[in-house]
Amino acid sequence: MNLNLEDSVLTPSSGVDTKVQFKKALRRNLTAYGFLTPWLIGMLFLTVGAMLFTFYLAFTNYDLISRPQWIGISNFGRIIHDINFWASIRATLIYVVISVPARIVVSLLIALLVAKDARGIGIYRSLIYLPSLLGGSVGISIGWQRLFSENGPINSLLHVIGLKGPSWLGDPRGAMLVLILLSVWQFGSEMVIFLAGLKQIPKFLYESAKIDGASVTQSFFHITLPMLSPIIFFNLVMGTISSFMVFTQVYIITEGGPMNSTLFYVLYLYQQAFQFLHMGYAAALSIILLVIIAACSGFLFLTNKYWVNYDV
Amino acid sequence: MILYKPLLRKVGTHLTLIIVTLIMIYPILWLFFSSFKPENLIFSTGNLLPEKWTLQNYVDGFSNGQSAQSFGPMFLHSLVISAVVVVGSLFSSSLTGFAFGRLKFSPRRFLFAFMLGTMMLPAQVVLIPQYIFFHKIGFINTFLPLMLPSFFGTVPFFIYLMVQFIRGIPQDLDEAAYIDGCNTFRLFLSVILPLTKPALIVISIFSFYWTWNDFFGQLIFLTNPHLFTIPLGLSMFLTNIGQSEWGNLFAMSILSVIPVFIVFLIFQRHLVEGIATQGRKG
Repeated sequence: MNLNLEDSVLTPSSGVDTKVQFKKALRRNLTAYGFLTPWLIGMLFLTVGAMLFTFYLAFTNYDLISRPQWIGISNFGRIIHDINFWASIRATLIYVVISVPARIVVSLLIALLVAKDARGIGIYRSLIYLPSLLGGSVGISIGWQRLFSENGPINSLLHVIGLKGPSWLGDPRGAMLVLILLSVWQFGSEMVIFLAGLKQIPKFLYESAKIDGASVTQSFFHITLPMLSPIIFFNLVMGTISSFMVFTQVYIITEGGPMNSTLFYVLYLYQQAFQFLHMGYAAALSIILLVIIAACSGFLFLTNKYWVNYDV
Repeated sequence: MILYKPLLRKVGTHLTLIIVTLIMIYPILWLFFSSFKPENLIFSTGNLLPEKWTLQNYVDGFSNGQSAQSFGPMFLHSLVISAVVVVGSLFSSSLTGFAFGRLKFSPRRFLFAFMLGTMMLPAQVVLIPQYIFFHKIGFINTFLPLMLPSFFGTVPFFIYLMVQFIRGIPQDLDEAAYIDGCNTFRLFLSVILPLTKPALIVISIFSFYWTWNDFFGQLIFLTNPHLFTIPLGLSMFLTNIGQSEWGNLFAMSILSVIPVFIVFLIFQRHLVEGIATQGRKG
């Protein structure tokens, strides 16, 4: 274990002193590592060890019963020719590309609305946030599914205004839309983060803009948006990562259907690993997921300097 | 005219707020009120409010019709798992947060950066090996795989939260405590820990809520229906649903979100602060 010697041993002093200080540093480190022990164990086994094991498994054939069998890169070769893999990539990308920006736009607009000091604003904020808290649960997913069922209230509502509601969940596009809407509905966390950001923007910026004759729209685009850009960026990255990992909603609402149109990546990974017990194959899938997420975040970080304003 | 304008704007703001809020909570209200409607009226009536209120759905749903798996034990299972995870999260994140926020050791910066890095790691990447591990040691169909990891600080966000909070506590306190003869553990337990109460509350809320709502983990680790938790019970209920059981299912869905709702009502402010912190790290 590395010891912290920065401010003790290397300072020129008498030998005895050095020894004492070395002992002190040792003690300090030992104490700290005492506190860190639970986390270190978790880190070594549940995170790093598990990661390494995933990498190993990705090159094997493993069904949980017989020993893992080394098959080189065959898993990856099979994945490339796997129709369901591509269906899951397609479904997930459509979902991420639509739902993440939609959520950011909606959450920003609503944040602007509830940033005002109106009577009872706290209650409005809480109620608007509520879906984000409950929406990820199985219970609400079930309700959401029935909301869009053929005889559900959404179609009744459409009927009232003279439209014939589609069979949402029976149609590939409709099913995707239902899932995207469920995601957009849960914009609360982003909204709260935007609200905190809006509070940080100095009032005088708006006042001087007003004196200079800027309209509300102009100050939104020239003050609010640039000032919020780091937060938009944060929400974009976190939203993208979490959207890639959506599982509960799709498992409950569409089960990947119809015709694999909503076979989201993690659902497919789940099927391979825990329904077919293709552990090696699923491990390879999860490595690919890791690469995709890293690539997407990396890409977003690269675009960062073109639109994110950090000199606030 | 000039007098009316602010008033008009005020009314406009409230009107917009009311419409947005109604759209947002309509699905929840629909689910809630439907759970009090007689089965045959749930999908046939356009009214949000039940014309006739009934508790039958709750009675039938709770005993889950004919099957042995009633919702009572499932509630208990979910509660036990969530409660233990809260304890585990408090334990591991306070110890780790204290070390990172207060103690000097090497390589602190590296380990801290590493910890933050794991925040971005998708859980699914480590879930397969974890499953295999727990399978090998015979923990499948026990609650242990769902509870144990929390004791080992597997949620970096909680540790981060503690570190931020502990760094905000004045260093003078430490020195005073050391002068009074406290050792480091004493300093942690008697001086620092009581001061981190707000952070501990946030961690408790989030760990409770994430565990209560967790589905993936419970789905893979628990396959024995006698051990089912609320999400698994609901999912099974949905799979086996007959023609006329939506009312029961809705009633149980509403029951399933009530604990989260209560936590939300009590700790709203803490919750909002926790989320805002999440944003600040960006």
